[in-house]
Amino acid sequence: MIFASHLLSLAIWLPILFGVLVLATGNDRNAPMARMIAMVGAVLGFLVTLPLYAGFDKMTSAMQFVENYGWIARFNVNYHLGIDGISMLFILLNSFFTPLVVLAGWKVIEKRVAQYMAAFLIMSGIVNGVFASLDAMLFYVFWEAMLIPMFLIIGVWGGPNRVYAAVKFFLYTLLGSLLMLVALIYLYQHSGGSFEILKYHTMGIPMTAQILVFIAFLTAFSVKVPMFPVHTWLPDAHVEAPTGGSVILAAIMLKVGAYGFLRFSLPIAPDASHKLAGVMIALSLIAVVYIGLVALMQSDMKKLVAYSSISHMGFVTLGIFIFNAYGMEGALLQMVSHGFVSGALFLAIGVLYDRVHSRQIADYGGVANKMPVFAAFFMLFAMANSGLPGTSGFVGEFLVIVGAEKANFWFAFLAATTLIFGAAYTLWMYKRVIFGAVANDHVAHLSDITLREKVIFSILALTVLGMGVYPLPFSEIMHVTVNDLLVHVARTKF
Amino acid sequence: MSFLSTLYPAYAEIFLLVMTCAILIVDLFVTHKDRTLTYLLVQFTLLGCAMITVATHQPGVMHLFHNMFVDDLMSDVLKLLSYLSVSMALVYSRSYLLTRGLFSGEYMVLTLFSLLGMMVMISASHFLTLYLGLELLSLCLYAMVALERDSTAATEAAMKYFILGALASGLLLYGMSMLYGATGSLDVSTVSDAIKRGVPNKELLVFGLVFVVAGLSFKLGAVPFHMWVPDVYHGAPTAVAMLIGSAPKLAVFAFVMRILVDGLQPLMEHWSAMLMIMAVLSMAVGNIAAIAQTNIKRMLAYSTISHMGFMLLGILSGNIEGYGAAMFYNVVYVLMNLGAFGIIMLLSREGFEADTLEDFKGLNQRSPWLAFMMLLLMFSMAGIPPTVGFFAKFAVLQAVIAAGYMWIAVVAVLFSLIGAYYYLRIVKLMYFDAPESYEPIKMQPDTGLLISINSLSLLALVLIPGTLQTLMSVCAVSVGQSLLLH
Repeated sequence: MIFASHLLSLAIWLPILFGVLVLATGNDRNAPMARMIAMVGAVLGFLVTLPLYAGFDKMTSAMQFVENYGWIARFNVNYHLGIDGISMLFILLNSFFTPLVVLAGWKVIEKRVAQYMAAFLIMSGIVNGVFASLDAMLFYVFWEAMLIPMFLIIGVWGGPNRVYAAVKFFLYTLLGSLLMLVALIYLYQHSGGSFEILKYHTMGIPMTAQILVFIAFLTAFSVKVPMFPVHTWLPDAHVEAPTGGSVILAAIMLKVGAYGFLRFSLPIAPDASHKLAGVMIALSLIAVVYIGLVALMQSDMKKLVAYSSISHMGFVTLGIFIFNAYGMEGALLQMVSHGFVSGALFLAIGVLYDRVHSRQIADYGGVANKMPVFAAFFMLFAMANSGLPGTSGFVGEFLVIVGAEKANFWFAFLAATTLIFGAAYTLWMYKRVIFGAVANDHVAHLSDITLREKVIFSILALTVLGMGVYPLPFSEIMHVTVNDLLVHVARTKF
Repeated sequence: MSFLSTLYPAYAEIFLLVMTCAILIVDLFVTHKDRTLTYLLVQFTLLGCAMITVATHQPGVMHLFHNMFVDDLMSDVLKLLSYLSVSMALVYSRSYLLTRGLFSGEYMVLTLFSLLGMMVMISASHFLTLYLGLELLSLCLYAMVALERDSTAATEAAMKYFILGALASGLLLYGMSMLYGATGSLDVSTVSDAIKRGVPNKELLVFGLVFVVAGLSFKLGAVPFHMWVPDVYHGAPTAVAMLIGSAPKLAVFAFVMRILVDGLQPLMEHWSAMLMIMAVLSMAVGNIAAIAQTNIKRMLAYSTISHMGFMLLGILSGNIEGYGAAMFYNVVYVLMNLGAFGIIMLLSREGFEADTLEDFKGLNQRSPWLAFMMLLLMFSMAGIPPTVGFFAKFAVLQAVIAAGYMWIAVVAVLFSLIGAYYYLRIVKLMYFDAPESYEPIKMQPDTGLLISINSLSLLALVLIPGTLQTLMSVCAVSVGQSLLLH
């Protein structure tokens, strides 16, 4: 059947198509219809990604579900899709979150509903495209296209300082991407006119060029991750974005950067990666420790979770650049888990914000008295964020620490401080918001979460616990691919 | 063979001239205020020109009038695109001009004469023919800028345009006379052969080249000869600014190709160095100055300067790929420019010009569709995929890097980043801000349809497989063929 052989295209274009359909419903008079179509599109978008998991061959690191058609013959650009053990999980993660985000914005978004829903659906398709592209130009097109819906989401439905945040987000990311474009054109010339990413992997590149290419990719990916000195757009964007925007930013967009390292930087410039690994590890550790401390000082819940995200992503880049299987698998698991946990935390903060319209920790206190069910869910996610064993947060962090220990004791030591800082900032925030006496009238009038919210949180809670107790379904997918990548990266490419 | 049948490569020009004169007379008898008959005749003429150009096309290169006129694939493609953009410009500007009482027979006749000038430029293979075409084009444009007699801004703009334009023409002629002195000919291919054989006085040649490049860059609006662009765009009626920014750029591109690339190929090391400075400066000045503008026409003027700088990059890379990329860039630029001005005119009403940035506030709430069209145009101008503007930039960058100018590519990319800011600002105004008036936007069905096609094509060219490839190949092949002249 035609669908079976085009699953990846379906995962990309189905949500986009539904996004356009939602747009066609027009103004807010038709909001209920827009919501319904969006929901159907999001759920269908998730369903078509399930056969990817079911039909995935775990024993090979070769690309699967490949589709390859000519696109712009003049520059040898192809519509070439395929996934391996690394990209597959992210497509699932992304498609999994789209229905949740649609559901989370169901009641809250009242203005320009159709555009809001459409932006998320289109975004979802584009992000799948980023993860599935095997052609560098196709990748770049999806990569940049991702900016447009996110820019609008932050700018149209965001908080008071949204314009500043949206423009900062856009320009920061664009700077990185444009340098990557120059690097891609260089690789195109060097490879004799090809944009095949897999060809770049096996192509010999001199050391100086490798370093320049690595740096160009680094600017693009480090902004997205974000890594330590270029992270400042993230707290702004998160604070101003609507809940759904924050969720997608934290759960999906940040992963795109780390994925870039694995798909481009490491295999294309392995020697440069080894040479610059020290810098990368240092930046990662700064993110883990310093940003962890910064998070401790936040008075705004969203900012706190944003900084916590940067700190956790520091773990991911650390795991990638210590070049062993523990580290890399840990990094990948951490990415998936962080997707679930940070997404859940932002949704939880969104629940509070929708009721009280404040993100300040000081405006809350004693929420548990009024919202016991919510408090329980929030507790679980806070624990997962601090890496409690039995939750998904633990698996990745533990593996990365083990990997770091194999590389250097002090790496592991510094990285492990996150277990303390993470617990400190998350639980301290939790304590101030949830426990204690009812702080003010706003809190006194809170009502517990609705059925719709319960559904969202239950799904996430089950995933977080499931992944913490039994991570094998996640790790077995990536196992072979990670090992082959490490073998590949260990070989020099002069 | 009869004399007439030997003229067939120039049939389109002849037809246009005859029809224009006919329209001039017919219009005298049109009493109706909205000039429907004249307008339809003009559109019919453009269609006729297109059909003739297609019908008289044949493979290979044809010379006519003692080598003064050339007909090749590049000229046919550029002419067809010029008809298209003039015709689109007329559709967009019709109701704008009608409400201002400017939609007169003269306007249309001047438009057609300027088109004739462009066609002569596109097909010129002799310095004098080039000059003739250029002057015909420029004189019509000067008059059109001043068409709104009561407006001081328009008069001032026309005056500036005229004086600076005359100066640039003078520079160009002066440069041509030196080339003539050094090589003894004004025929493009003879000049090229003479230089290749070696001329005794190389200094004279290079000196002449400097003047020619200066004259050219004035017409392109590249820094440091860009001063007129913002004033003219700002002062002229929007419809005229749109015309100046669209089809003539195609003609000037042909001009650059014929003079620099064809005629003065042996002096490439000299002119490419000059173009390099102009290109980098244009991108810098255009993109940075655009940020400070509050008038959208002025902003688009600076954006034009930066786009021309980017286009020059393709030419200075000095290979066929680069020329093809430059042509493609130019075509895409014209398309975007037409759309952007079209939307500005749509938002204008009787006695009200929608030419400040503020007028775009909250457009998404007044008309989501129009806002989305403008969004596509802005992202395309900024060069953000998946719009075609990105692929235009990409093709040029690719040629520049292939020619070994990695640093220029990085500079170009950084200036595009700065440029992205002011395009984003329009998107921000349309989507993030509340509108100042909720007055409904009146749109003629034909204008609305054309605007939609125009903007959606920026996306469709990329998303429909094969179309982008076709357009790029047409550019590359046609430029390549015109270079095989020698």
